[in-house]
Amino acid sequence: MSNQYVSEMNYHYQFSCDRRNLKSVRDFVASVLRDENFSENEIPAVVLAVDEICANLIVHSHQSDPNDVIEIWLKVTLETVICEIIDQDSMFYDFSTHKNPDIHQIVREGKNGGVGLMLVKCLVDKVEVERHGTQSIWRLTKESPRPVFNS
Amino acid sequence: MKINSLYKEDLTILVVDGELDASSSILLDESIESVVAQGKKKILIDGQSLNYISSAGLGVFMSHVQEFEEKGIQMILFGLNEKVLRVFQILGLDQLLSITASEDEAIQLLNASL
Repeated sequence: MSNQYVSEMNYHYQFSCDRRNLKSVRDFVASVLRDENFSENEIPAVVLAVDEICANLIVHSHQSDPNDVIEIWLKVTLETVICEIIDQDSMFYDFSTHKNPDIHQIVREGKNGGVGLMLVKCLVDKVEVERHGTQSIWRLTKESPRPVFNS
Repeated sequence: MKINSLYKEDLTILVVDGELDASSSILLDESIESVVAQGKKKILIDGQSLNYISSAGLGVFMSHVQEFEEKGIQMILFGLNEKVLRVFQILGLDQLLSITASEDEAIQLLNASL
């Protein structure tokens, strides 16, 4: 697929809140970015960032209830990919209050987890969370200029 | 994801094959716990066929560091591909965990720290 004449392409995916669906989420994101000619060096970062947010929402916001659904919109332009993860009826998490944990302390305490959002902040250029009524939108932006193909 | 357990003398090698995410990480945790319950003190994690890791997978390794130090258990990861190793490096975990390029290097490191 080549979209060099289109200023923005949107791709949609939806899945139920079961951790086993994370693989299909990753496959969706990777497939879109590969089709859109994103660098193979950049794709894993976006895939992992989306996986982390979706895993957090499945486990913490929906307690892995497979009746609940999460939507993903990938908005791809020549310069960026914006991933919006739309979560209905979720608890709002004010990401602006997030502080990176002390990795050494997590290790000392033998904790299993707690570094997902820290990882996301390292992987993408911008993380935003919006609240609209009972809906939360996680927006991840990755700047990634791609080669322009001349016809 | 699949995990195969191999035994070589006093070594236990857990061969991790596939993708380690929030769904599959529990399997790795259970495998490590099982090896520890057997009283094993030398654990190698063969990551040559591990092609993806998320924070849930990292968490499994992180959660055992302190416990293993206290119990005198050595755990070394080897053979991670560049993409997977990069995830460890982003958070500086390559400095907190023992990671080598090959199984031979892992065994050398085990022997050197005896």
